Amino acid sequence: MIAELGHFALVLAMMVAVVQGVIPMIGAYQNNIPWMRFGNYSAMGQFLLVAISFGCLTHAYVTSDFSVLNVVQNSHSAKPMLYKVSGVWGNHEGSMLLWVLILAIFGAAVAAFGQYLPPALKARALSVQAMIAVGFYLFILLTSNPFERVYPPAADGQDLNPLLQDPGLAIHPPMLYLGYVGFSMAFSFAIAALIEGRVDAAWARWVRPWTLAAWCFLTGGIALGSWWAYYELGWGGFWFWDPVENASFMPWLIGTALLHSCIVVEKRDTMKAWTIFLAILAFSFSLLGTFLVRSGVLTSVHAFATDPERGVFILILLLIVIGGSLALYAWRAPQLRSTGLFQPISREGALLLNNLLMGTAAGVVLLGTLYPLFIDAISNGQDKISVGPPFFNAVFIPLMTPMVVAMAIGPLLPWKRADLGKALKKLWLACALAIVCGLITWTLQSGQSPWGIVGVAIASWLVIGTLTELAGRVHLFKIPVSDSVRRFVNLPRASWGMTLSHLGLAMTVAGVTGAGAWTVERVQSMSPGDSVQVSGYDFRFDGAEQKQGPNYISVEGKFTVTKDGKQITVLYPEKRTYTVRQMPTTEAGIHTLLSGDLYAVIGDSKSDGSYVTRIYFNPLVVWMWIGSIAMMIGGGLSLSDRRFRVGAPTRKSSSQQPQPAE
Amino acid sequence: MKRLIFMLPLAGFLLIGAYLAIGLSLDPQKLPSLLEGKPVPEFDLPPIAGRDDAGFSSEDLKGGVSMVNIFGSWCVACRVEHPFLMKIKENDWVPIHGIDWREMDREAGPAWLRRFGDPYTLVGDDPKSKAAIAFGVTGAPETFIVDGAGIVRYKHVGPITQQSWDETLKPLIDQLQQGS
Amino acid sequence: MIYRAFILALISMTMMMPAHAVDPDEILKDPALEARARVVGKELRCLVCQNQSIDDSDADLARDLRVLVRERITQGDSNEEVIDYVVSRYGDFVLLNPPFKFKTYALWFGPWVILVFGMGVIWVFYRRRQTAGNDSEMPVNVLSEREEARIKKLMDEDKS
Repeated sequence: MIAELGHFALVLAMMVAVVQGVIPMIGAYQNNIPWMRFGNYSAMGQFLLVAISFGCLTHAYVTSDFSVLNVVQNSHSAKPMLYKVSGVWGNHEGSMLLWVLILAIFGAAVAAFGQYLPPALKARALSVQAMIAVGFYLFILLTSNPFERVYPPAADGQDLNPLLQDPGLAIHPPMLYLGYVGFSMAFSFAIAALIEGRVDAAWARWVRPWTLAAWCFLTGGIALGSWWAYYELGWGGFWFWDPVENASFMPWLIGTALLHSCIVVEKRDTMKAWTIFLAILAFSFSLLGTFLVRSGVLTSVHAFATDPERGVFILILLLIVIGGSLALYAWRAPQLRSTGLFQPISREGALLLNNLLMGTAAGVVLLGTLYPLFIDAISNGQDKISVGPPFFNAVFIPLMTPMVVAMAIGPLLPWKRADLGKALKKLWLACALAIVCGLITWTLQSGQSPWGIVGVAIASWLVIGTLTELAGRVHLFKIPVSDSVRRFVNLPRASWGMTLSHLGLAMTVAGVTGAGAWTVERVQSMSPGDSVQVSGYDFRFDGAEQKQGPNYISVEGKFTVTKDGKQITVLYPEKRTYTVRQMPTTEAGIHTLLSGDLYAVIGDSKSDGSYVTRIYFNPLVVWMWIGSIAMMIGGGLSLSDRRFRVGAPTRKSSSQQPQPAE
Repeated sequence: MKRLIFMLPLAGFLLIGAYLAIGLSLDPQKLPSLLEGKPVPEFDLPPIAGRDDAGFSSEDLKGGVSMVNIFGSWCVACRVEHPFLMKIKENDWVPIHGIDWREMDREAGPAWLRRFGDPYTLVGDDPKSKAAIAFGVTGAPETFIVDGAGIVRYKHVGPITQQSWDETLKPLIDQLQQGS
Repeated sequence: MIYRAFILALISMTMMMPAHAVDPDEILKDPALEARARVVGKELRCLVCQNQSIDDSDADLARDLRVLVRERITQGDSNEEVIDYVVSRYGDFVLLNPPFKFKTYALWFGPWVILVFGMGVIWVFYRRRQTAGNDSEMPVNVLSEREEARIKKLMDEDKS
């Protein structure tokens, strides 16, 4: 009964969406207030209905209702409750339901919290959002219905893939989708603006919060995925340039470019057509990602069970949404007039450079991800190549290096026209420290990695450079310290946000450099009592024992780690076998220090009672996670800036101190 | 000129879309065989237990059309194809040689053949994938058709079905047998 | 040729992550040979497990390929020869690092093309903006004669 209720609610939601796609749009055209307002109510209604639907599916999982096919395929009565819930979205059909739920959440949020949006823009944006939703409702109802029943009901389920039974991975999809799908709002606003034929500073200010929110979540989602891979896959790898990873990374790159580009539109009334294009592009990449993951077109460890029929449907959806929006863009964008002029060396110029490099990076990732398909298609299935991490690393790193360098300079440049020399002079300390750190790294490292030195250098450059900018803003050392502190506290939240986010990126760069360049690995067979030295730490294997979990059995090893005789920690890596699916997983034993991670993995046992063990020291890994959190908090701070809540930019408040542009 | 630039994104997207559409009809997992038209790679495998042949090597493939079938007792799909291989043997359409791939213990392969039937003329034991790699094998079952001169003519991936036999394999074998 | 060497150099500098699934009893005694085996292993894709190198994969076939790589290196093959052998069996697909052939020129040159294209677009729009700015139809800071006269009249009125 509950499943049917869920199904019915979904159908109703679709019908509401159909109406929402039409009425507000007409209302905006005719300047009909009630019809425009209708969008608000229908968006709330849609959200309510989809939430009910999602709740019904969750109920089926939580109660282990094995008469629902989706539950049978992805759940099991012995599974811990957390994973019964996360199993709802751990499969294709359920995750699509999550998709439309988030689509509806964003629509309802705009309806509820967007009081200061001009009615016509709001109505049009909600209409577009609903039109997208209709496409996805149809997709679910026609090809991927999670509420299908199975008769007779199964005795028990097939269990969720053990790899997914993990806290990090439980929350990874919701975060990712809040990101991907969140960009749909920026997209809808962009389309609305194109239809209206006008983009101005107000538009940019209204779009920014939604884009920021989506970006924050996407950052978190990607970081969670990497973190999961790091501790779950058993060898300290965290990024593989897999097509599905790339599918989430491309929207992130474009989203970052969009955030920065919006600033230019808002402050200087220029780069409008480009910003609209980025807004369309960000969501387009999200859609493309959805297609790549679910259609079977590319090989990937992540891909859901593939089905060409679904692939065709999504492709048609893509053609309509992306093709339609780009056609609208080609037609209307040339009419957008910009008035701001700027010199190449200026803050606009720096932001433009950011956009150029981010855009190129996204283009390069797209090229590498789709190239095998291109070759496959041209040769009609005869020729296959693969594009792996070597290619991506080789092109991505040289692109990002100048960008990180520019990130320290950009915030120091004034708008419109800047003196590069003056800005660079302010960064003397950053430069000096970067060189010093680079030299220290060069002498310390045993791995001779040139890129490692570059990575450390640019990370320190960015840290000091960002702090230099902040110091300049509060006139540190030029006025009494208490005055500086007061200035700091009164800074707009958006500038705290920028500072923290840029620092976060620097930390992430440091972490990636450390883990990528100087990881130390030792592989050997160990018997109880054996010891291994890695990076100055002594790992003593104390033996292994069998353990029983709720739905798995495991072999748990014990490692005592000491340094110079002092005990640091005890690690308990496991090798689990999940009984239903007969799948093994490795759970690494990890101890995190700021300088790096102590990482132990236990493998198979050999006939002589010894175990294959892998011990690692992964330098600076924790900084990747700290950096990601910093970026998210930075984004959140910017989001909470008072000016966004007020809405339209006001010029008349002369009581306010002239705020430096962030 | 400016107009044209604004149309580029749409044009680019349509191009990508076209490739994606083509991609849907292709299978990225299927790897073409590089061996087609080339001589059988050299290999020399020891026999498996319980049979009276001296093993299986590339030399044995000269002098007549034959099929080389990669199988293993661990392979579920091989079980699916097995009755059909028995049918081929009973009708004596073409000799089938087997490569017993990646068996963990030496008795597994022979036990499997005893239990389900033995359609093979010669069988080689390949626990370390020597021959399998030489053939460019990525999974089991895979079957190669070799002509009388020892040239690989066709690679069939996955179980042999009645349909693939009728449509592709049998016609090719007949053609090769008439030729030699 | 030089381009390929440049790319390989870039790759070898960035590719510092160690092998992950190599078993202790596969490791060769001679560290120099083992290091070479690792370099080769990083370039070969595991064919049954999507997007991992044979060094990273736990699959049986990957293991056998690792053993094969080590055997060939011990027998005296150069890195190139080992890779060529595996490619002759499995095709270019087995290379994680796409080859530098005609069909992949678009891939290797692509990033440059995209970057240059982006810069070109910026250039076109920037010049267009600059020329429009220089001789715009609405010179905002120059008053017409009528406007000048009107202002003078207003200011005279104001004074009186």
